[in-house]
Amino acid sequence: MAELLQFVFSGLTVGAIYALVALGFTLIYKASDIINFAQGEFVMLGGMITVFAAQAGLPLPVAALLAIFLTTAVGLALHRFAVAPARGATPVALIMITIGASIFLRGVAQIVFDKRFHSLPSLFGGDPIKIGGAAILPQSLVVLASASIIVLVLWLFIDRTMLGKAVIATAANRLAARLIGVDTRSIVDFSFAVSAAIGAIAGILITPIALTSYDAGTLLALKGFAAAMLGGIGSAPGAVVGGLMIGMIEALSAGYISSNYKDAVAFLIILVVLIFIPQGLFGRAKVERV
Amino acid sequence: MLSIENVRSAYGRIEVLHGVTLHVEAGEIVTLIGANGAGKTTLLHAISGVQPIMDGSIRFAGNPIEQLPAHMRVGLGISQVPEGRQLFEPLSVKDNLRLGAWSRRDEDLEPELARARAMFPMLDAFWERPAGTLSGGQQQMLAIGRALMAKPRLLLLDEPSMGLAPNLVDHVLAVIRALKDDKLTILLVEQNARAALAIADRAYVLETGRITLSGTAAEIAADARVRDAYLGI
Repeated sequence: MAELLQFVFSGLTVGAIYALVALGFTLIYKASDIINFAQGEFVMLGGMITVFAAQAGLPLPVAALLAIFLTTAVGLALHRFAVAPARGATPVALIMITIGASIFLRGVAQIVFDKRFHSLPSLFGGDPIKIGGAAILPQSLVVLASASIIVLVLWLFIDRTMLGKAVIATAANRLAARLIGVDTRSIVDFSFAVSAAIGAIAGILITPIALTSYDAGTLLALKGFAAAMLGGIGSAPGAVVGGLMIGMIEALSAGYISSNYKDAVAFLIILVVLIFIPQGLFGRAKVERV
Repeated sequence: MLSIENVRSAYGRIEVLHGVTLHVEAGEIVTLIGANGAGKTTLLHAISGVQPIMDGSIRFAGNPIEQLPAHMRVGLGISQVPEGRQLFEPLSVKDNLRLGAWSRRDEDLEPELARARAMFPMLDAFWERPAGTLSGGQQQMLAIGRALMAKPRLLLLDEPSMGLAPNLVDHVLAVIRALKDDKLTILLVEQNARAALAIADRAYVLETGRITLSGTAAEIAADARVRDAYLGI
């Protein structure tokens, strides 16, 4: 029982990170129909910039804020200088651009930072808390609390502000959004910036638990993508549920089967989703109405 | 108020507007009639700035606007009710209307919302419902209401009667007349040529990307070719 509880806790923690990555995918996909495969690099940049800024002597909170700020700028630049100029290209071409950006960012990180693994001290020390025989790292609670706050803030923003409604409007009907005077390019700018910021926060949160390196984003992006697919691409609640489910399934399979297959689980889930429920758990099947 | 000269526009390499020239004076209802594929919607899209033009000029209130992005044209006072309503289906009726005023979002919207409610009483009962759940007639009213929220000086209407039951078509036409009485300038694209000519001051006939006929609505309605091709008399 204690064992199960332990797996559930670690599943939820890593699942919350996948959920944040999936939310990043969802936000950009909603606003622009693009799957941004550089999403994982936002996560990597969040962790790596924090690590190096802290090493340079900045206090940890300042380093973290700097990392979020710089990653947001990278997200904005990715849209402005790589994606927006290709306006009108096919979705596949745009996805290729984001894959290229992902490789580029990894390469730059390798040069600017280094190729080693790095960690960060956790916010409330490293002594595990015992609950029902399971040991939870305080950082896990920080991850879960922060992820919950981000989801809540994002939901309030989308549901309660006119800018949030304009994002939904752009997602629902781009032409109509332009015709009522929404500058849809700015909306997509905005979605890239917010996705990058969320990715950076995820990267900062996970680094004390999972270590980071210049190529840490690749796997996280794939897990986050699997989560977004499972939840139904384009659905924000789906992204959260999908992330938590993938984290949980991964932790349970690592615990009860073998940790060798941990990373294969996410890919297995992508395949199962594509074959049996291509619209995902929360996604709506596309119905063309005349 | 609106003056279009020699506008050419294409989808990829296929040119659909081969130099269209027309003008709309303040307070007029001008209708553009023509068969499917003649380029009517393309022309309205070009005026709104969501369809690029290769050549020609578009002037609004005396100023060239063909270089302006779409969102700035709405700010100048050009509002469009697009073909097929194009509502924000997941959002409520109220949010659709509020978004209609996006170009003037710093202002107090309550008077306009109250006006839309009074003008389209059928929307009142569905105020908080997603726009996608409305009937075709209600959706058309909402689409017109949304466009009016921008307080336009020129309203572009693309096929407002399409797919509606006859009594609803009459309702839409009554709304357009009421807007004219409120001194709004209107460019109306309509496949229902008879109804359009009945409420318009002037008309243009667009055929395969060219204006082939223009005149007062009465002249156009009396033209033998128009009677033959568009009025079915």
